[in-house]
Amino acid sequence: MTGANTAINLSVFGIFVLLTLYIVYRASTRNVSASDYYAAGSSFTGTQNGIALSGDFLSAASFLGISGAIAVNGYDGFMYSIGWVVAWLIGLMLISERLRNTGRFTMGDVMAFRMRQRPVRAAAANATLVISLFYMIAQMAGAGGLMALLLDVHSAVGQAIIIAVVGIVMVLYVLVGGMKGTTWVQIIKAVMLILCVTLMTIFLIGKFGFDVSAMLDRATQKSPLGEAVLSPGVKYGGSGLSKIDFISLALALLLGTASLPHVLMRFYTVPNAREARKSVVWATWMVAIFYSCTLVIGFGAMALVGTEKITSAPGGENSAAPLLAFQVGGTVLLGIVCAVAFATILAVVAGLTLTASASFAHDVYANVIKHGEADPRDEVRVARITAVCVGVLAIVGGIAANGQNVAFLVALAFALAASANLPTLLYSMFWKRFNTRGTLWSMYGGLTSCVLLIAFSPAISGSKSSVFPDADFAFFPLSNPGIVAIPLSFLAGFLGTILSKEPADPAKQSEMEVRGLTGIGSGLR
Amino acid sequence: MTKALPSVSRPAQPGFAAFDEPRHSLLIDGDGEPDFGAIQTSEDFRALKRRVTRFIIPATLLFLTWYITFVLLSAYAAGFMSTPLFGTVNVGLTMGFLQIVTTVIITMAYARYSKKRLDPQVEKVRALAETDEELA
Repeated sequence: MTGANTAINLSVFGIFVLLTLYIVYRASTRNVSASDYYAAGSSFTGTQNGIALSGDFLSAASFLGISGAIAVNGYDGFMYSIGWVVAWLIGLMLISERLRNTGRFTMGDVMAFRMRQRPVRAAAANATLVISLFYMIAQMAGAGGLMALLLDVHSAVGQAIIIAVVGIVMVLYVLVGGMKGTTWVQIIKAVMLILCVTLMTIFLIGKFGFDVSAMLDRATQKSPLGEAVLSPGVKYGGSGLSKIDFISLALALLLGTASLPHVLMRFYTVPNAREARKSVVWATWMVAIFYSCTLVIGFGAMALVGTEKITSAPGGENSAAPLLAFQVGGTVLLGIVCAVAFATILAVVAGLTLTASASFAHDVYANVIKHGEADPRDEVRVARITAVCVGVLAIVGGIAANGQNVAFLVALAFALAASANLPTLLYSMFWKRFNTRGTLWSMYGGLTSCVLLIAFSPAISGSKSSVFPDADFAFFPLSNPGIVAIPLSFLAGFLGTILSKEPADPAKQSEMEVRGLTGIGSGLR
Repeated sequence: MTKALPSVSRPAQPGFAAFDEPRHSLLIDGDGEPDFGAIQTSEDFRALKRRVTRFIIPATLLFLTWYITFVLLSAYAAGFMSTPLFGTVNVGLTMGFLQIVTTVIITMAYARYSKKRLDPQVEKVRALAETDEELA
């Protein structure tokens, strides 16, 4: 897959980048105030934002990682798809409307609403930065692997250059376009991605005479595992411990989605709670269609390309979808699929950069350092500088993590989000007594326990697929820490609250509850 | 920030409004800010809260139980999950796909319920505290 192929890939990709940069530039002419930069002036409709939400959420991990995981592990890869669809119900019913009504720009706005501002905002910013960086590094690592396959770049230096280019383009999106530009990038990308997977799915099912059973039958013949790929347990069925790992993964997927900082921040780009709800409805439809398609694409790749060919390809598991595209549509379809995958990485990383920079500028700079009295222009300037710093960190991290399994790395970011943010958000919205100490304990408790458990897990050391395969300091046996860290964070929040003598502020609690449900006092209509 | 000043509010009660009273009972404090404490205890707001919980608690319990059942069966009842249903399509794959279907169904049900039962009630509560800021 070289020569003319590379030219097609590069030109499709180049056209996408130029087109989106132009749109970002056009969208951004009046991009001056903090509200414009962080929340696009809350001017998007629910439908637009819903499509952008799905764009922000459907990362390279979803497209390349999941179709690959299904193509290699069958049923156990399918688990990711289910968790990531069902999770949107939490966002819909518990989070989106209340978040829109109580906050302005960041997750910290909501968490600090009825607490002492500075410590809580600092904690929220810390969590946002750690989660975003983790997620971003996973995406950047995916970009490296994808390029290995697409452009036939095999040298470490070549891949590092590509990762750096991705990083620079995404920082450009954020600097030039702010939230408005980034949202348009997400919308374009989401539409491209959904069209691409839907058409591929229809084509694949058609190839098997619209008979899913026949496709699965063929897939089992092409997999070294045979019939077993259609049943649970290929990857996680070995021992009692790996079953717990499976449950842990399932929990992190379910509870992490609606607490990812870049997903939460999207709810501020719409004018009111009704539009926020509509966003989630749209996003749920897009996500449901997408993941139903990944099932067909994954098993289709198993049937038509074969598991062995996928695992031995340069990008490993991540190459299933591109290889399938090449098989059914030749170089042109491969070029399109790759460009879509690349656009996906670019857009998601831009969304994360924006979130991380907003969190630092709005929560840390404006509220912790300047005590809430920063000049909005300075705040935006700080946000832009942060975006550049975050971009550099992500490039360095991405180069270091190059070659890791993307879906797996992302699942760790979900575990972090689920344990640091979800308990805090739920407690602060639904538990009257919850106070500042409880907030800090649940956030830092969840975040640090999760980071430590990851550091001492088989994901980092002690096995062949670890980041450091030669060292072994894996004291913690599970590769996903969710099942321990999430309950721990709930417990920490509870204990912190009841052990603190400081009572919750009842006036603020009334305000938050009334405002959360009705929007009274938020100035939203 | 509720003020110490007694508010000009009264709890919203149905019926017996005098003609010369304002159309809405304004739950606004002395500074023209919404009186959140009074709104929180008003009958309209409590009704809104009941309507919200009446939907989201059963729905959340339902989808959590359904999802966890699916996960646990996948982990500990692999044999059952691999029973073929239609051709090579087995129980596990069907259940997994049904998770996606139920998610969409619950989403649409919530959207419908909110539109019919929650949004009108939100408007009622908001009318209790129409402030200058919101009318502007």
